[in-house]
Amino acid sequence: MSDTILDIENITKSFPRVIANKNVTFDIKKNAVHAILGENGAGKSTLVKILYGLLEPDEGNIKLNNKDFKVNSPAEARKQGIGMVFQHFSLFDSLSVKENLILGIDEKMSYSDLENKLENISSKYNLPLDLDAPITALSAGEKQRVEIVRILLQDPQILIMDEPTSVLTPQEVESLFVTLNALVKEGRTILYITHKLEEVISICDTVTIMRSGEIIDTSSTSNQTAKTLATKMLGQKLDDLKTNYGHIKDEVNFEVKNISCDFNDPFLTDLKNISFQVRVGEIYGIAGVAGNGQSELMDILTGENINIKSGSITFDNKKIEKYGPQKRRDLSISFVPENRLGHSAVPELSLSDNILLSQFPKNNFIKNGIILKNNVDDFANNVINEFKVITPGNDAKASSLSGGNLQKYVIGREISSKPKILIISHPTWGIDAGAEHSIRESLIELSQNGTSIIVISQDLDELIEITHKISVIYDGNLSKPFKTSEVGIEKLGLLMGGKNE
Amino acid sequence: MNSLFPSIVSRSQSSGLMNFFVPIISIVLTLITGSIIFVLLGFDPVYALYTFFISPISSTYGISELFVKATPLALIAIGLSYCFKNNIYNIGAEGQLTMGAIFGGGIGILFHDTNAFWLLPLMIFGGAIGGALWGLIPAILKTKFNTNEILTSLMLVYVALYILDYLVVGPWKDPFGYSFPKSRPFSESGRMPLLFDGLRVHFGLIITLFLIFVSWFIFSKTIFGFQLKVSGYSPKAARYAGFNQTTLVFFAFAICGAFAGIAGLAEVSGPIGLLYRDISPNYGFTAIIVAFLGRLHPIGIIFASLVIALTYLGAEDAQLFLQIPSAVGFIFQGLVLFYLLGAELLINYKLTYKKLL
Repeated sequence: MSDTILDIENITKSFPRVIANKNVTFDIKKNAVHAILGENGAGKSTLVKILYGLLEPDEGNIKLNNKDFKVNSPAEARKQGIGMVFQHFSLFDSLSVKENLILGIDEKMSYSDLENKLENISSKYNLPLDLDAPITALSAGEKQRVEIVRILLQDPQILIMDEPTSVLTPQEVESLFVTLNALVKEGRTILYITHKLEEVISICDTVTIMRSGEIIDTSSTSNQTAKTLATKMLGQKLDDLKTNYGHIKDEVNFEVKNISCDFNDPFLTDLKNISFQVRVGEIYGIAGVAGNGQSELMDILTGENINIKSGSITFDNKKIEKYGPQKRRDLSISFVPENRLGHSAVPELSLSDNILLSQFPKNNFIKNGIILKNNVDDFANNVINEFKVITPGNDAKASSLSGGNLQKYVIGREISSKPKILIISHPTWGIDAGAEHSIRESLIELSQNGTSIIVISQDLDELIEITHKISVIYDGNLSKPFKTSEVGIEKLGLLMGGKNE
Repeated sequence: MNSLFPSIVSRSQSSGLMNFFVPIISIVLTLITGSIIFVLLGFDPVYALYTFFISPISSTYGISELFVKATPLALIAIGLSYCFKNNIYNIGAEGQLTMGAIFGGGIGILFHDTNAFWLLPLMIFGGAIGGALWGLIPAILKTKFNTNEILTSLMLVYVALYILDYLVVGPWKDPFGYSFPKSRPFSESGRMPLLFDGLRVHFGLIITLFLIFVSWFIFSKTIFGFQLKVSGYSPKAARYAGFNQTTLVFFAFAICGAFAGIAGLAEVSGPIGLLYRDISPNYGFTAIIVAFLGRLHPIGIIFASLVIALTYLGAEDAQLFLQIPSAVGFIFQGLVLFYLLGAELLINYKLTYKKLL
């Protein structure tokens, strides 16, 4: 076929424990936005890394414009006309936009040439840039623009975008879509990696769905709905989750009042006068784009940082802002920080051992300083069974579990101790949709049984799906709370972008 | 056809088997390199290796000497594992050993004409306190001022050595010692009892085995051992769990110092019997190799201490029978460490031969 630009045939790539790509075969048409949709671990990243020369396939061929295509490095891939924008930006924070652009391209170019070329690119594709701004001063959307421009400077035929919207506000997403459309109109092809269904439908022409390393389907998006895509992506039917306010009590059991904290560190966000209240059985969501003070706030809520400048935290009528994590657990407060590996779990330790990181008074794990191994093992087995954690057993190392399984295990560990309040950051970050669904379900169930929950998340869909109240953190300020069932996504998007009219 | 050079591929999970084999691989490589060195020096490698590794332990006396040397190495190494498990790099065990010898030995000098059952226990206790106090200095500096414990603990070694030097040529000099830089001998009840008549292996061995057993129990069964491990693997997870890191640093240094101090005291009250300048042939430094060669595991440390002790004995025999400097023992110790660090790569990575297309 003449309009096929990339022909992928029987690509197989295996890693020590998994086959990441199994006989992957499909082709990509010229001049279109082609989505690759799949859960985490479906094999999308492996496939694009092969295309971009970062991995070598075990078997199979790729043809670019009907010619054999084989590259051993990203530089070679770029030379052949394939560019990629990664999910995590690779920019030098302390350098300016201009310097980053010059450094990032393969050929030598003078600043004046660069500026000429840029003017052209910026206006044509809706990519305005302030060349002299340092990267640190840019928002995530602007950083992504720098990445895109850097790739466009090398005039690629195919542009691979890996989960491009994961760090953007809704408004920034809109503007990215404008850019993508302009690129396609000009004859380029976009390979769009995502797990967000709505995006596939709104901007992609064709979609290839991957599951467990295999291609499930390649078809036009015009006759797909979010539901049909989800079913194919997950291979099972999902129940709809429904927000229910009925069980929430009037009583407030967790109150943060006027918390301020200065860090004196350019890489941390100072917290400014943060206040909110959580009622018994309520799920309180804190939305916001990454880097606006979420992790700083989380550390204060868990007690890992007790050096606040002012303010108080009250739980069950006790002032707890000076309590460390263990003292807070003693009051039946439990927490799950964002990072699984090395924060809420130790990858080198067994699942059983990981139980001991979070001990509550009613757990009978330690007697006179000696670990009661049987009790810990029983507890671990319970968590594994109840939360359907896929693992050979409680002696498996935490690092051997997939992200979703480990997160189910960690959250299960916290829920199993029946806390009065659960404080959780990014509960479904980087995990597959199946695990995501089951985690959200267990959080909702937990709240219905009377546990208050605070969820900090960047994933707006998630917050809208599970929370009762929601507020937005922006540059260390927390907005007033909104009832989730009443607030519009536009309103939240504006707040996330710092626009408080 | 395979490519000539293997490529290094990350393992999905660290290999337990390799964890076991790495020390063995490094010992084998050391022996091979050692034979090459002997050949270059003009010796028959088989004879040289025999002189170095077999002949020292071919008599009962030799085996006893092996245990005499292995005792302080194992005791210090197990102490060091409290620090290393917690990712604290205490390099100053030699200084803590010296301070233990000074404190415990000081008691021995004070009671040089007393014969009583309590004297030795008191000296051991003094040794432990001396080593622990010396170990706490870098702990305080680290937790209060965020200094690098590698530097402070190492520098304190030399401070301790000079204090010992000063004492044995100054205030603690033996009044009947013809001005030799040594102290009075301890009284008979201030000496480590010998385990067998005519052999130098002493009660320090029993203390060492006991403390190794206790440490095994602490590492594998108690929450304290668990906390050390977690804070070594991931300080963030330890903070999340609410473990007090300052306390852990203090305990690790104090325990390690105490063990090294007991080892020092056991040396001076065991084979030596008094205080003088050179009480330790770098046991405190060599024990670092023992700790890593034994993979910070109690059983591993017992074997590693025997292997490294043999390099001490072998060096003496090599000097005697091959007329090569006894420093060759340090070469072997260095080789073991060198190969050990290199081979550790195999725990998390494997070598594969890529197919050439």
